[in-house]
Amino acid sequence: MNASELAGRVRTGETRAVDVLEQHLRAIEECDGELHAFLTVLGDTARSEAREIDRRLGAGEDPGPLAGVPVAVKDNLCTRGVPTTCASRILEGWLPPYDATVVKRLRGAGAVVVGKTNLDEFAMGSSTENSAFGPTRNPHDPRRVPGGSSGGSAAAVAAGLVPIALGSDTGGSIRQPAALCGVVGLKPTYGTVSRYGLVAFASSLDQVGPFARTVADAATLFDVISGHDPLDSTSLERPNPLALARLEEGVDGMRVGVVVELLDGADASVVKRVHEAAEALAAAGANVEECSVPEVSYALPAYYLLAPAEASSNLARYDGVRYGLRVDASSAEAMNGATRAVGFGPEVKRRIMLGTYVLSAGYYDAYYGQAQKVRTLIIRAFARAYEQADVLLGATTPTTAFELGSKVDDPLAMYLSDVCTVPTNLAGHPAITVPFGVDDLALPVGVQLLAPALGETSMFQAAAVIEGAAPAGALPQICAPTIGAGPTSTRGER
Amino acid sequence: MNEHGSARSERLTREDAAYVARLARVDLTEDELDLYAGQLAAVLDHAAQVAAIATSGVEPTAHTLPLRNVLRDDVVRPSLEREEVLAQAPRAEDGRFWVPRILGESP
Repeated sequence: MNASELAGRVRTGETRAVDVLEQHLRAIEECDGELHAFLTVLGDTARSEAREIDRRLGAGEDPGPLAGVPVAVKDNLCTRGVPTTCASRILEGWLPPYDATVVKRLRGAGAVVVGKTNLDEFAMGSSTENSAFGPTRNPHDPRRVPGGSSGGSAAAVAAGLVPIALGSDTGGSIRQPAALCGVVGLKPTYGTVSRYGLVAFASSLDQVGPFARTVADAATLFDVISGHDPLDSTSLERPNPLALARLEEGVDGMRVGVVVELLDGADASVVKRVHEAAEALAAAGANVEECSVPEVSYALPAYYLLAPAEASSNLARYDGVRYGLRVDASSAEAMNGATRAVGFGPEVKRRIMLGTYVLSAGYYDAYYGQAQKVRTLIIRAFARAYEQADVLLGATTPTTAFELGSKVDDPLAMYLSDVCTVPTNLAGHPAITVPFGVDDLALPVGVQLLAPALGETSMFQAAAVIEGAAPAGALPQICAPTIGAGPTSTRGER
Repeated sequence: MNEHGSARSERLTREDAAYVARLARVDLTEDELDLYAGQLAAVLDHAAQVAAIATSGVEPTAHTLPLRNVLRDDVVRPSLEREEVLAQAPRAEDGRFWVPRILGESP
């Protein structure tokens, strides 16, 4: 059952929040041994939150649009008094002294936080294999990766362990796993969702966003978590784009550009699905045209200079002094180096090295400075494209889910799986992936819609049309017995 | 990839990797230095594509929002509880973080 149905039943008293919670905790208990989507499951605190929702309903209060809905949160979002590891040994055992703003907003809307989900260490990766606590499996094929870095949230939603979840997207870390697991994933406009309490990876690119099994649930969750936050100095002080309220307005007259560079190099089965989605938009009244944004192909190399540079600076704070791991040594500098050697995994070390190198004297202008200028060119190219189009369409990922271990020894090959998602982050724009059928191996395919800054309203409208026209998905191999049939049957009915 | 082998080793040597690791305060083993020197060179080869792009007269973008400074009134507000914060430190003493000596000689 999806989030809006669950909240509806809880709000009308048809079912109790505590029963909804127990059903989901059982599903997690049954499935997560194999899936490993969760790093922490919050049985007791979730139960007391659910009881409080039921009490408030009993007292005639409305807990909000997510009343009693179990939600999972990526483990790089701070939860007060609850472990927040970023899937890193360096933060093992750390208990944050505050909640992320998005976690507060979830609870403020009546949601019940049931657990913290697995990720690539510090959100660096595209497969969740870089977790210090072991990989998450793809519910559609346990031999394959769920994508990453928010692989735990994507897998948990796909398998029916929770109806909705939060992730973070720096270069595709929501959209890529959502596509590989067959769920909806949104990267909002930079600045619309607070980053307060999101452990920083690359601050100019990071954005928190929702996972859901339906576009409407993703819209609901976006409406809940977005909005100005004085605790985040990059939070926008302007009205949010409405998502749910205008979701069903259709695409009649909407201008859609199919970006050829977002199909270059993609598998034939993925390209075919994108063209089918374009036809669905055209059939619903959109003006669909092919377009070219050549600068999009600069995005990946620019990203893999800019993001590591920001990361190397942000991760300097893990020095063994204020929180997390410390390896004792006779001097502060020796303690720093030994702590970071033991605490960080290989990918994090690689990115810190890369970032430190491109920021070092003699290389700064050639690499970092040049990449920042290329970022400007990419933003200008998108601005030109959006003179001709309201939204853009392309692949979310060049391939469907790949096998565990197949790219882990070749960082560059792994990075290439972000090729369709990073341009959005560099521009600060929103983008959403919508599941659209399967490939020849019955693995989910995602199609991606992009919009200019604050263009979420139109983007969601197009996403709803695509969802309505999507071919049936496959039932995950790992899924909750009572819930797992939800997404497939929903789509089948349309 | 193999045909770039020589270009790679020119671009980033093992000694470069050791220097960068020192700057980044990460102690690496000999094996790690060999591994990362090769892998970083491969990524830098790919990233070098940006060097070929014409950017003369283009302003760099550090972030995408039309923000300059974000100001607020300087009003005293509650902050995190000191004891709760220090409880998360690897070692604390007398209300402060305890670290090995940073300045001068070790005792």
